[in-house]
Parts: sequence; structure tokens; C-alpha cells
Amino acid sequence: MRRPVVLSPGNKAALPVLLFLLAGVVAPLIAVIWFSFMPPRTFSLAAAPTLENYVTIFESTSYISFLWSLALAAATVAVLAAVCFPIAYGLVRVFGKWATLLTLLFTIPLFVSENIRLYGWVLFLIKNGVLLGSLKTYFGVELESILFTRTAILLGMVYVYLPFMLFPLTLGIGMVPNETRDAAFDLGATRWQVFREVELPLSMPGVVIGFLLTFVLAVGAITEAKVLGGQRIIPVAQDIEIAFTYAQNWPLGAALSVLLMLVVGTLVLTALWRFDLDRFLGRK
Amino acid sequence: MPGKAQRMRHALITAWTLAAVVFIYLPTLCITLASLTSSRYFQFPIDKFGLDWWRKTFNSIEIRQLLSTSITIALCVTVVAVVIAFFGALAFARYDWRGRSIYQKLILLPIFFPQSVLGLALLLWFNALGLQMSWQTAVFAHLVWIVPVVTLVISIQVYSFDPALEEAAFDLGASRWQVLREVTLPVLFPGLFSGALFAFLLSWGNFPLSLYTTGADTTVPEYLYAKMVAGYTPGVPVLGTVSTIGAAILLVGGYSLILAMRWARRTGSE
Repeated sequence: MRRPVVLSPGNKAALPVLLFLLAGVVAPLIAVIWFSFMPPRTFSLAAAPTLENYVTIFESTSYISFLWSLALAAATVAVLAAVCFPIAYGLVRVFGKWATLLTLLFTIPLFVSENIRLYGWVLFLIKNGVLLGSLKTYFGVELESILFTRTAILLGMVYVYLPFMLFPLTLGIGMVPNETRDAAFDLGATRWQVFREVELPLSMPGVVIGFLLTFVLAVGAITEAKVLGGQRIIPVAQDIEIAFTYAQNWPLGAALSVLLMLVVGTLVLTALWRFDLDRFLGRK
Repeated sequence: MPGKAQRMRHALITAWTLAAVVFIYLPTLCITLASLTSSRYFQFPIDKFGLDWWRKTFNSIEIRQLLSTSITIALCVTVVAVVIAFFGALAFARYDWRGRSIYQKLILLPIFFPQSVLGLALLLWFNALGLQMSWQTAVFAHLVWIVPVVTLVISIQVYSFDPALEEAAFDLGASRWQVLREVTLPVLFPGLFSGALFAFLLSWGNFPLSLYTTGADTTVPEYLYAKMVAGYTPGVPVLGTVSTIGAAILLVGGYSLILAMRWARRTGSE
């Protein structure tokens, strides 16, 4: 059945993916939007549409979790940009053949469920855990644990999303031709000038993708706050989950999801629309 | 000649990167240590090391059931994802067609989307269709996120594919099926293989999508999450360590295999 599809033009090859995404992404999103207009606490799509859920959200304190999620995501992006830029630069220009091994090392954690890895941080940070237990036994120092604070949540997010910043940045920096850098140096530019006038603008596609990916994933983050934050902050994704599970109020959860999707969608579409993916991924 | 300032800078970058590697593996180390204790509670430094909890975990029927559910889901995801993404990648990188640049962006959207919300959206959708949640619905849910990722992975290989190879085979009288089997698939094999590896591992480690779509079935990450929220048991670090080491072995093994294939092809063609 697939045989004639293979070597015919691109739109036929694209068909399976597009049909799949239609059933797996577009339809569910329409279902969510539809559900957000159903009366509260109903489980069917057949009732008369209402705006009640949105009114409830705007009258409630949900905006607090929205703001926390946005602030944490922004902080994560800022920290990761500073952390990852030197590493990405090193992977492209400094480490040579070691770069492959290092890339592999940074990739492996991506395939382990994030809740397990975050749990490792709990064991590290907890009272009598790896850090504080060692300090106490070997050095006699007793410190407060930072577990279950906002700092711990940010630490967890920086930790989980590091590869999502690192790899796009690496691809971006790989797009800066050596000749251009050398020419800038020859013309007497300082290290800082080369970075600002040559490297940063030319690696912009990678920077944009890295920032965007990290921000979007971090806005939807939920496990970090639950595992490391001890409910200190309720991110918006958790508000949504509560509405769907404990509160059994699917339409309210759907309405919150729609608002989150609006924020994320606007951001992604504006940033990606003019993007040349062929140049970004196809370069050797 | 690298100047002194540059050498200094490179040393700093190296030190920074190594620090990041330590940062990345620190939690894994903690989990492994915690799994090796014989006591019921986690206390550091560990006073009695032992493999008791490893034995207990592997003798449990429940755990075996979990492992088999997780592996079944990951295998199904791998097979379907690679087939769909193979064609998707050809459309992404091989053919020039109207609408390709929009298509490339559409593919990215599920990746740029909070997974927990995607999981809930799928739950709503399955529910509206009247489907019962089970590991099969979880396979579908994983695919929604994994097919785009695998498409990108394979696309990177397709970009370096020379269409002239296919045309030459056609000119020599090969049928479409022959070209696919003898030219396209072998040349793209490393990309397909890494795509399969990604699909398996991403499904194996996925939590947010499984959480809402597995119904009565449970995967390893879900079980671990339920246990770690309920209170401490050393079974969690044991299973966490297994999960991590399994992923590392698969990835390193798979990567070596790709290197070996490349090497064999290079020496073979000379």
C-alpha cells in the first residue's frame, strides 16, 4: 500500500505524519477548547456552551500560578543561557574529538524520567542526605537544607532543561564560520567585540531556538515544584492537573489549558514563523 | 599560535564543562548510592552497604509487570514512530514541495508544547471518543510527541543524502521498491537507527504523557513517582538506577554500533 507513496513528491511523504498529527494534536486541542466552554463539572461535550469557566479563572487567584510559572521559566532561561554558552562554545571550538563523548554524556540523562533524576537531588539535598550528612559527619558542620524552597525549584528546572538549551546553542555556534571570526580578529577586534558583533548575531538561530524551547518547556513544568519545592509554589500546570484530578472539574482545567496554550502558542509562532530550518539543521 | 589569554580561556571552559558534567550526574550518583544500602531508611554516610534491596526488587512480580508494560509500550512506539517519521523526514528534507516550510514548522509544534498539557488534552480527546485508557492509548500519546522528534533526527541524515543516487538507480532500471530497498534505506540506515534509539528511550523515560493516558496500566516512571510521593522506600533508588543504567547501555551500545557501521562502510568502499 505504501509502495507508490515513497518516491512520489513530498506532499505524499508528508501525508502519514500530517494525518497522525491531525488525530493526535489538532483534534485533542479542539476537544480542549470545546471543553473549556462547557458548564463546570460536566464530563460531556453536549451541553450548551458557556463562558463561566473563564469568568471563574479571571475572578480567582489563578493568575498567581501563571505569574510564578512565567517568572520561573524566565529565570531558568537566564541562568541556562549563562551556564550553557561556554559549554556550547567549547563543544564546537575547544574540545575537538572529545566533543562527541561530552555530547553523549549530556544526552544520556534526557532518556531517564525527570522525576527519578529530581529525586536524586532530594537525596542529595535532604537533611542527613548526601551533602548535609557528609558535612555533618566529616566536618562537623550543620547547615539548613535548601530542599523545599524556591531556590531548589529553580535548581531542579535548570538541571532538567540544560540539554534543551545546550544543543540548540551548539548548533547555532557551529553556524559561525571560522573565517569570519578570524577576519574580525585580524581587523583588531577585541574578544568581547568578536562575541558581540560576530558570534552572537551569527549564532542567533540557535540562541532563539534554545531560549524558546527552554522557556516553553519550563512554563509547563510541574514535577520540579512537586518533588523539590514541597508545594512552596503551585505552577500553572499543577493548577490544571488539580482541576482535572482532585477537583474533577474538567471544563475549568480545559479553560486554564487554553490560556496556557495561548501564551505558549503566540510565543512559538511569532518566533518560528520566519525561521529557516533547512539552514539550521542541514548544515554539515 | 594560541596566546596565553586564549589558553587560559580554554582551560576555564574545560573546567566549567567538567563541572556541568558532575552537576548532571550528581543526582544519579546519589540514587545509585541510596540503592546500595541494607537499611530501610536513607541516611548518609551509609553505614551498611548491601544488595538486599536489589534482590527484593527483582523478585517482585509487580516490578516485572511494570518493566514488561514499559518495554512493550516503548517497542510499539519505536516501530510505528520510525515508519511514520521515515516518510515525514523525506518530506522534511528530501523533497522540494509547496508548503514544505509550513510543514516543517507544524512538525515542531508538539515538541514546543508543555507535555503535561498535551497529556491532558489527549485524555480529554480519548474520553470524548469513548476509549478506555490502557497501555495502547499510552502508545498513541507517546507517539504524538516522539514522531516529531524522530522525524527531526532522521531528517538530519536525509539532508546529507544525495538524491542523485536514487536517480542513478532508476536510470539503471531499478523499480521503486528496489530503489527503496537497495539504495534509500541502506544509505539512511544510521539515521533510522538513531531515530529508533531515540524513540525507544524517550518512551521508556516518559512520565507526563503516561500519567494521564495509561489508565489501569502502570509504567516504571509512573510507579516511581507514586512511590516517591508516598514516602521513602529503597526500592525507588533501585529501580531508578536500573532505569538510568539501562538507558546509558542502550545509548552507548547503539552509538558504538553506528560508529562501527560507518567504519565498516568506509573500509568496505575503499
